[in-house]
Formats: sequence, structure tokens, C-alpha cells
Amino acid sequence: MANISVEELSGNRAQPYPGAPDNWKRFFTFSTDHKVIGIQYIVTSFVFFLIGGLFAMIIRGELITPEANLVDRTIYNAMFTMHGSVMLFLWSFPVLVGLANYLVPLMIGARDMAFPRLNAAAFWMVPVVGLLMMSSFFVPGGPSQSGWWAYPPVSLQNPTGNLINGQVLWLLAVAISGVSSIMGAVNFVTTIFKMRAPGMTFFRMPAFVWTVLAAQLIQLFGLPALTAGAVMLLLDIVAGTSFFRPENGGNPILYQHFFWFYSHPAVYVLALPVFGIFSEIFPVYARKPLFGYRVVAVSSLIITGLSAIVWVHHMYASGTPGWMRMLFMFTTMSISVPTGIKIFAWTATVFRGKLRLDTPMLFALAGVVNFVFAGITGIMLGSVPVDIHVNNTYFVVGHFHYVVYGTVVFGIYAALYHWFPKMTGRMYYEGLGKVHFWLTWLGTTLNFLPMHPVGLMGMPRRVASYDPEFAFWNVLASLGGFLLGLSTLPFILNMVSSWIQGEKAGNNPWRAIGLEWLISSPPPVENFEQLPIVIAEPYGYGKDEPLVSNLAELSESPG
Amino acid sequence: MNMRLIGTLVGATILITLASLWMGQQAYSWFPPEASAESKLIDDLFSFLTALGTFIFLGVTGMLAYSVLFYRAGRYDYSDGPPIEGNVTLEIVWTAIPLALVIWIAAYSYQVYEQMDVRGPMELVHLHMPETMEAAYAEPMEMASLPSAKIAVQAKQWAWIFHYPSENGEDITSTELHLPVDHRIKLALTSDDVLHGFYVPAFRLKQDIIPNKTIDFEFTPTRIGTYRLRDSQYSGTYFAAMQADVVVESPADYQSWLADAAGRVPSPAYNRASSEYNRAAEQTVVRGWETVPPASPPVVNYAPKQAPASPPA
Repeated sequence: MANISVEELSGNRAQPYPGAPDNWKRFFTFSTDHKVIGIQYIVTSFVFFLIGGLFAMIIRGELITPEANLVDRTIYNAMFTMHGSVMLFLWSFPVLVGLANYLVPLMIGARDMAFPRLNAAAFWMVPVVGLLMMSSFFVPGGPSQSGWWAYPPVSLQNPTGNLINGQVLWLLAVAISGVSSIMGAVNFVTTIFKMRAPGMTFFRMPAFVWTVLAAQLIQLFGLPALTAGAVMLLLDIVAGTSFFRPENGGNPILYQHFFWFYSHPAVYVLALPVFGIFSEIFPVYARKPLFGYRVVAVSSLIITGLSAIVWVHHMYASGTPGWMRMLFMFTTMSISVPTGIKIFAWTATVFRGKLRLDTPMLFALAGVVNFVFAGITGIMLGSVPVDIHVNNTYFVVGHFHYVVYGTVVFGIYAALYHWFPKMTGRMYYEGLGKVHFWLTWLGTTLNFLPMHPVGLMGMPRRVASYDPEFAFWNVLASLGGFLLGLSTLPFILNMVSSWIQGEKAGNNPWRAIGLEWLISSPPPVENFEQLPIVIAEPYGYGKDEPLVSNLAELSESPG
Repeated sequence: MNMRLIGTLVGATILITLASLWMGQQAYSWFPPEASAESKLIDDLFSFLTALGTFIFLGVTGMLAYSVLFYRAGRYDYSDGPPIEGNVTLEIVWTAIPLALVIWIAAYSYQVYEQMDVRGPMELVHLHMPETMEAAYAEPMEMASLPSAKIAVQAKQWAWIFHYPSENGEDITSTELHLPVDHRIKLALTSDDVLHGFYVPAFRLKQDIIPNKTIDFEFTPTRIGTYRLRDSQYSGTYFAAMQADVVVESPADYQSWLADAAGRVPSPAYNRASSEYNRAAEQTVVRGWETVPPASPPVVNYAPKQAPASPPA
């Protein structure tokens, strides 16, 4: 409906620019094709996923015995700081931006993002962030050791006295990552509002597009707070200001508000697109329309709104007055209503369908089960009296790993398998995919489930050593952690070998409904020969109705 | 058919309910011993949440499992499922019920919180419920001789020091926290350097400690024994080593301990951070980076010379 600008851009359809490479080399160029950028995001962030995973395995190696005897405490502290930072800023955020980059223009029937050059610039900041983070290992004093929260005053302590230290590099990296994410958010929101194909009304958009919109709106209102907090902290360290320095009258708690005002909603920046992935995958593999599509779509925006008013639940123990604890307990609990709607809708979508348990479906189903579990422990944590006991214990660590690994990573894997044939034109090996699923599921359960009982027993998070009473659960968790490391191997093998020599997949191997499945795999540069004219809602399974009125004109050579 | 479906649903609900009630009872065994009046309240609340959570978890996963087990597409079956797009009644129900549930949970939690009445920090605006609820005092203070004054808790990188006021105005200091059983304890929490957290798992209580602030903290220990105090807010290199023993004893024992401690000449106590720091080279396989040096072992009246010995909870 609101297509405005790209008509005149379509010149040579084979290549974006004369002379631009059309082979694998294009992934190493400043390409402005949203599909190339999407894959650049996904592959880059996966490399950092492996690096962050190595850090996690060093952590689990230290924790397999109660004593601090594998690495020095400073190294352990650097490991959990960098594990969290890398996994969030260099894996979870960018990989989901990559998926959204690849899928959103295809799903709404656009030829590219609204601002292709801005898109490429935002991507190329990610390797810069990664280099800054990694280079902090080579400065005196080592990388930041203050946790990914970087709470002052610990983050202000600078034992080496150097101006260029791990904490400063960390803050620069986070600030640049924030700028990159804001650029991406502007691009996504504009694209979704202005680039939809004729007939693609808001309530004909796939649920994934709704969730990306909801998530990117969070980036727009939330990130400025985090970036401001990071800049003030940086000034405290390098310029002698005292925003957060208590000995000069600064307020360290103020930083926590800046930090969590963004970093709690940030969880929904990760979770919302994954909810969208679930909403896309269940209808395809259950052969039924998404149950209550409109409500599911709108609930994403309700989550966006509520996510902005719950951040203090991270600070129940932080010197927060009683009235504030109670206020944020009520807002926090209310978030379970829109998320509950989604869970029930997925359950109803799958209910009495015609299920096909291919790898994407397995990951999506297990992801939802993990998410239900995480939601229940989340309600427990939202209750102030319970949180006063388990705050900053392994119960919290277990809870959020069920969110970020059990739900988000499972959803990402589901998406990568589901859209792999579209992205590469080839099919992955189903057997290897199933092996990968079961290893991942077992590793996740073994790694993160034992964290709950050990947290209830009173084991604080971020400890390099612990009392022998916690040893049993920690051994289990460590074994699970190593298994998760191992589980990436069949995935890598599958992706690489399938891309090189997998079977040709065809346009629509899943018989899925959606604009991206109407064109060739992989789609050509600028996607659609003629823009689609959308005439139906997105999940017409079992209804035998056409999605577009000009199917034959979408591709140069139909079929 | 319909009767059979209803029967199956009722049967499944009963089974899930029984399993949930059982899990709710199990929940009590996941905690350390209940050593404070507050811990009982929190354990009850947690048990309730566990039962409720189990019901929801089994309900959702049961529905999914039902479809996965009985509604798989045949190998060559490429047909679609029934095109059901929604059901307004159902959607209203599954919005209203969770809403009611979370309001219930939040109200129950609110009530427990009011009963705990742990005070805590900076009550600039003290919004108590209008109706008075009985706080979790085990019983009124019956021994006037016990110090009603606050015990000052001093946290620093990486040691706990406890200051007991005495008649001559000079604090009696200790690196062990001794408390009389069944009395409302009032602590004043302070930090010399960074954020710390006062956390005794057996009491189920935790409070961050903020430099430049004094935070009041109240609770009532109810069970004689030795428990572990841990730093719960990450405080730098030796964070994990910052632990101390909490000794809950009878008022008479408490009084004699205090009198004994008052008579001792201050001496350096065992401090794990500083002892580790002084032999850092031999500790681990991989050497580390430069760290903020730990404070030297605190010099206190009551100065244990070995690591905290509280038994596993």
C-alpha cells in the first residue's frame, strides 16, 4: 500500500551494482542488499556465539569443583563478564537483527530496507564492537571484570591506573553497539511503516513482522538511557566526573536505573522476534492458521509498552524503598498476561493439527516448553518476598538462561533451519538436524535446570568458588555446559556441508504460506520482479485461498 | 464423543492438580533450614507458587504432548488441518484467568511483604497499608537487658566486621555475627568501598549495602545454630570469598559471648581474601591480572583464626 521509492531503483536485476561480486565474496563487501547483510549479521554473530560459549565452558570448568583452582579469580571474573557481554551484544542482538534483516523486506513485499546504506553501516559496526571487546584481553589489567551490568563503584575501580583499560574499551564497545542498534531500529521501523507492498495492511503482516516492529520500538525508547549511562560511567573513569562515585557524592544506584531501564526491555528485544518465529513456524508444521492472529499480533505491542515500566524488579534488593518494590511487582506480574496469550495461542494452533516434527518444529516446540518454565520462575522472581531470597543467586541465572538459551537460542535455531532452504536454495540434512536438536535439548536441561535448586539453597551468582554443599548440582551443570559446546558441531557441519552440496530445495519446500515462499530460493537481488498485491491474511492453511493476485508476475521466470 | 472428551479432561485435571499439590509440598525441601520468622512466610509463598506453576506447566505441556502424540501427519498426508482461526470466548477466558491469577499472586506477595516488615532502606515515603498487620515478630522483647541498639555491619573488600555497642561507648567488634534467638534484630548496614549484599540463605533475607548510606534492616532469628552469611552483590576479585558465620544462640549464651568478647584484646582475624592474595601464585593453574588488593585482616575483639565453619545448610 505504501510503496514509494524503490520502483526506479530496479535496473540490472542480477547484480546490485555493476561489477559487484555475485559469489561468496559478496559477503565480505559493503553490500547494501538486505539479504547479504542479513547473512553477514548471522554468520558474524555465530562466530561470537562460539567465542562466548568458550568463555562459558571455562566458567563451567572452574565451577566443576568448589575451590577456585582452574583460573585465577580475576580471570574468572573477566570470563563471566565477557561471556555475558559477548552473548548479548555480539550474538543474541545481532543474530536476530540479521534474521529480521533477511526476512522483513521479503515478508512485507519490499525490495530492500528503507535505508540500505544505513543498514550496511549498522552491520559493519558489529565487527568493530567485537574487535574492541576482544582487544581488551591484551591491555594491562585485562578485560572488564565488573560483570555485564558494570555496576559502579566496582566498575570505577581501576587497579592498574591505566587510562586505556578493559572497562573503558568495554564501555566504548557498548556505546558503539548502541549506536548501531539505534540505526537498525530506525531502519526497521521506517521499513515496516512505509515499504509494505500494495494490499499489505497491518493486519495482513506476518506475526514475525509485528514482533520485529515491537522489538525495534523498544530499541528506540530504551537504548538512549543505556548509552547515556555508559557515557557517564566512561566520564567518571577517564575525566574524573562523579555521576556515580559515592566518595564524591555521586549515586551508584542512579546508574542501575539507567542500566535496567534499557536492559530489562532488552530481554524483550530478544524474546519478541523469537515469539514471532514461533508464530511463523507452528502454522506451517501443524497445517493450521495461527490461532487468534490479531490478538497475538497486538499482544506484542502490549509487551513493548509494559516492558518499559518493570525495570526496578532487577533492583528489589538494591536499596529500593518498599512502595517502589510493591509498585513494580504489580507491573512485572502483568506482563505475564500478554505473554500468556501467546503461549495459549501457540498451544491452540498446534492442537489437533497435522503435525510434522521436522527440526524447526522440534526446536520451536521445545522452545515454548522452556519458555513456559522460564515464565513460571519469572513470576516467582517477580514476587518481592521470594526475590529477597533468590535475588542474585543461581536461581536467577537458571531462569534467564531458560529465557536466553532455552527460548531465544532454540527459536533462532528453529528459524535458521526453517529459512535455510530459502537463504541458500538448498536443503539441510534432517538427520544431523535431529541429532543437533537432541544434544541441544539435553545440554540445556542438564546445564540450566540444576541452577534452580542450587540457587534456592543460597548459592550466589558470579562466584569463582563455593561451599561443598553446592557441588552436586554444579557438576551436573558443568557436564551440561560441555555438552552444549559439543552440540554446536553437528550444526556447523550441517550448515556448511548443506550450503555447499545439499539437495536443491525449490521455492517452497515446506509448502508454507508467505510472500518469501512465492519467489525463488535464494531470492534474486531486489526480491520481486513486480511488487506483490496482497489479498489475504497471512495464515490461510486449510482454506485454499490465494495470498496475492499477481503470482505469475512476482518472478522473472515463474516456478 | 463429547462426554468422553469431558471425562478425559476432568480426569487429566484431577491428575495434574494432585501432581501440583505434591510439588508444592516438595518445594519446602529445596530450601536451607527455616531459621527466621520471615523464612516461614517466604517458604509458604514459594510452595504456593510452585503448586500453581506446576499446574500451568503440566497443563500447557500436556496439551502440546497430546497433539504431538496423537496428531502427527502421516508420511504421505499432505492435507491441512482444520482452518480454525480463533475463538473469542476462549481468548477472553485465557486473558482474564491469568490476569486474575497474577493479581492474586501479587496481593498475596504484598501481604507477605507487609508481614515480614524487614524495613530496609531509605523509607523516604513510607506507604504502609492502612490496616495494621502483625509483623513477623516471634514474640515481644521480653528481656530488657538485651541491647535494643542496632548492631552495625561494616562491609569492605573483602571482609565483614560487626560492631556491637557497649556501655563504655567503645564498640565490641567481631568477624562472626552472634544473634540472640527469638528477638527482633536491628542491623545498620554500611559499606566502606563498593556495593555489597548482606545475605543469609537460612534467613531467606538479603539486602544490598550501598557506600555512603546506612541501611536499616530488621528480622527475627528463630532457630539456634550456625549459618552462613554471604556477600550477594558482586564486589570484585575476592567476592566469592567474602563469607562469615552467623551464630544464633540463646539470650544467655549471647550475653556471655558478648561479655567474653568485650574482655578480649583486639587481634587480626582470619581473612580468606587477604590470605589468598598473599599466596596467589600457587593457587591456580592460570595466573591472573592485577587486582584491587584486599584490606588487611580486620583487627577485632572476637577474632576467629580459621575459615567459617558453618555446616552445610
